[in-house]
Amino acid sequence: MPKLKINGTEVEVENGTSILQAAEQVGYEIPRFCYHDRLSVPANCRMCLVEVKGAPKPVASCAMAAGDGMEVETESDVVKKARRGVMEMLLINHPLDCPICDQGGECDLQDQAMGYGFDRSRYRESKRAVPNKDLGPLIKTIMTRCIQCTRCVRFGEEVAGTPELGLLNRGEDVEIGTFIEKAVTTELSGNMIDICPVGALTNKPYAYKARPWELTKTETIDVHNGLGSNIRVDSRGGEVMRVLPRLHEDVNEEWIDDRTRFSYDGLKKRRLDRPYMRNAKGKLEECSWEDALSLCATRLQKVPASKIGMRAGGLCVVEDLVAFKDLADALDVKHISAVPHGMMLSTASRGHYIMNSGIAGVENADAILIIGFNPRHDAALLNARIRKTWLEKRIPIAMIGQEIDLGYPCEYLGNNLKEIDKIGSARSGFAKEFKSAEKPLILLGSEALQHKDGEDIHKATVALAEKIGVINKDNDWNGFNVVHAHAATTAALDMGLVSDFDLKKSEVVYLLNADSKVVETISKDAFVIYQGHHGDRGAHRADVILPGSAFTEKDFLLVNTEGRVQLGKRAVFAPGQAKEDWRILRALSEKLNKTFSYSSHYELRERIYKEFSEYQNVDVLPEGEWVSASSNGKIGDVDIKVDTDGFYLANSICRASNTMHQCYEEFILKPLNEKAA
Amino acid sequence: MKPKFEPNAEYQPKDFSFKNKKKVDEILARYPSNQARSAIMPLLDLAQRQVGEEGAKAKTPYGGWIPRAAMDEIADVVGQPPIKVYEVATFYSMYNLAPVGKYLVQCCTTTPCWLRGSADIVKACEKELGAHLGETTEDGLFTAIEVECLGACVNAPMVQINDDYYEDLTPENMTQILKDLKEGKKVSVGSQQGRRGSMAVEGPTTLEDLAKKEKVV
Repeated sequence: MPKLKINGTEVEVENGTSILQAAEQVGYEIPRFCYHDRLSVPANCRMCLVEVKGAPKPVASCAMAAGDGMEVETESDVVKKARRGVMEMLLINHPLDCPICDQGGECDLQDQAMGYGFDRSRYRESKRAVPNKDLGPLIKTIMTRCIQCTRCVRFGEEVAGTPELGLLNRGEDVEIGTFIEKAVTTELSGNMIDICPVGALTNKPYAYKARPWELTKTETIDVHNGLGSNIRVDSRGGEVMRVLPRLHEDVNEEWIDDRTRFSYDGLKKRRLDRPYMRNAKGKLEECSWEDALSLCATRLQKVPASKIGMRAGGLCVVEDLVAFKDLADALDVKHISAVPHGMMLSTASRGHYIMNSGIAGVENADAILIIGFNPRHDAALLNARIRKTWLEKRIPIAMIGQEIDLGYPCEYLGNNLKEIDKIGSARSGFAKEFKSAEKPLILLGSEALQHKDGEDIHKATVALAEKIGVINKDNDWNGFNVVHAHAATTAALDMGLVSDFDLKKSEVVYLLNADSKVVETISKDAFVIYQGHHGDRGAHRADVILPGSAFTEKDFLLVNTEGRVQLGKRAVFAPGQAKEDWRILRALSEKLNKTFSYSSHYELRERIYKEFSEYQNVDVLPEGEWVSASSNGKIGDVDIKVDTDGFYLANSICRASNTMHQCYEEFILKPLNEKAA
Repeated sequence: MKPKFEPNAEYQPKDFSFKNKKKVDEILARYPSNQARSAIMPLLDLAQRQVGEEGAKAKTPYGGWIPRAAMDEIADVVGQPPIKVYEVATFYSMYNLAPVGKYLVQCCTTTPCWLRGSADIVKACEKELGAHLGETTEDGLFTAIEVECLGACVNAPMVQINDDYYEDLTPENMTQILKDLKEGKKVSVGSQQGRRGSMAVEGPTTLEDLAKKEKVV
């Protein structure tokens, strides 16, 4: 453990800590452009120069390890002069276009030029210009602004696992590019915008829309996948202008995927902003809340409870689900489900349906088996974690499911789920490595469970996990993980909203934000109530539409696939007459003369905490209780099929988003067409 | 300066494959299997030489250069994304990324050569070839380009033609070299004054001679 002095303050740091990190520990900020906590250290911007006693020249503190007895000056005249020089050189070829640059106001170069720079330039020659690159529908490039820090190159290579950008040519001609004009095909490409310290890579859909200081920043949670990424919603007036990631080491680090970041324009389109009712001609017609709710109440009371089917979609939050469940209980409806269609899981033990190791726990694993899902689509950030683990430890990884490029070597064991059983009996290859691993990890995707055999597949996987030591109490390891693709699923399972009923046979169907393809199976004669925020599949089939609010328009609790409870906050108000979903359900309960016990959000939370006391522990990774499985499931001959909507059009918000449709065309359809041609 | 890499230009051939597979394996065997990336540079050189050999036999001859297809092939061989090969190939000045003449005349114009009259050598080249620096002659034989120091300053001024150095040049013998090359005659490599290595013009000397001359010993 080296002990060194930084500006006279003594500090003892871990071996291998750089001077820059050591200085941060004692509170001295060192400016930097190329250095980034989560990327490798190239030391090419030279902004972090510091003076080390005994060294003939200033040294780059990001790349120099702290040594015992070093005496470092970060504020001396030498350092200030060095920084000024570097700053002046960086600005030689940087255009003076801050007034029209989208990075303006949140630009590292701007801030550091103010803080450490020189007040004029001595450069009189022409500045160089670099042609812009076409990197697809998400990233806008103005390459003349680039200062060649190579953060984007390293991000693609190290985090996203798709090395498509590179630093080309040399000297004055050096530039960032893909060389063969092509879009950056990673689900995490938006993060390059965040890590770009200047305005070279900016957010294309957000271009020229707003200035950072005009925006109201709301810290909330994302609902587009099961991970519960921490996000910041920036809004102006009643409009969401953009979505940015928030730091959470255990969930999303500081990244978010492109669906989370760019689908926000879907929040402003195809919105249901007033109640509708189907008239005698079969057309949907605007109506009042009073009429809509009365009609719903009459219809719900008219049929026996066994003929009512209730379905909630994947975007629902805890509040919605609890109120939905309360409505079902009030009506004595047993046919209620809030998990993806076809998923049947035993909810007896919480450990059986959450990610026990936690998302960050993946990094401790020394062998990983992925079953039945595409981690790049369902949980892009989890895939980045797996890749990070692989980069660090080169662990064996295998996959049962559809063959895809995950960005790291992954042994493909076949598409048939029968392979799960084979792992238990096989004695060579991956199975052997997996069994001998100290901390083996299973990632079971929800796609594998959306089968009639889902329950058996789950049981068989649990049995496999127990048999080969995936759950090891001795070294406090539980590597059995179920990865849910939807935000609502974990909470739905906690509440037991898993009923295997046939939607076709229901005479009255209540859909809460349910827009999956299963709504197309509803019988023609059924009366359909759709409550939700988007005019998507559910609303098309609906006889009554009750406009609800999207996740940016309500305060909520969300349980992610780890079982971690997080708090979301309202950023904007729902459009028109739309209301928060639990309020609609409560109003309906009044019409049914079965009024809920709560009438405010506070009381609702009290109600939630009473039944689900673990939800009070916000942002805590739960201790997954583990009950040993009693029976072995038998897996039939099941092949995995991945939904064609894929990553970009996975839910109603995405399907309403222009940007997501552009991405779908660019990244999914175009390669398919090229392959066909 | 070398011409720009244009991956989608018309002159780029569609396919490329290494003829000497044995050599490829030999190159790959030089590095540990998890460091195959290191083989990018020798493989680029191999590709450039292979194209050069083909070019020497062509009707309109051309010199060694590396087509994009070759870089993609190398990326495949070493198991790296193509961009990693592009990065290397665009960085180093000795990889030609666009077609060049059969004889690539690299004129050094850095300070020592310049002091010894490299400007006249360049002029002589341009005059003899009828082409400016960076252009290829119509018969496909010559491309003359300007380069930075090639490390033969003792025998300045100098040019490099393909793999060989021609030193102690004067406009006259430069013109002669080019003429001879054009006619397919043999030309002598190295110093054009008959100097061996970088010994003094008057002949080999030792420190002892020097000391004797100065009457130190």
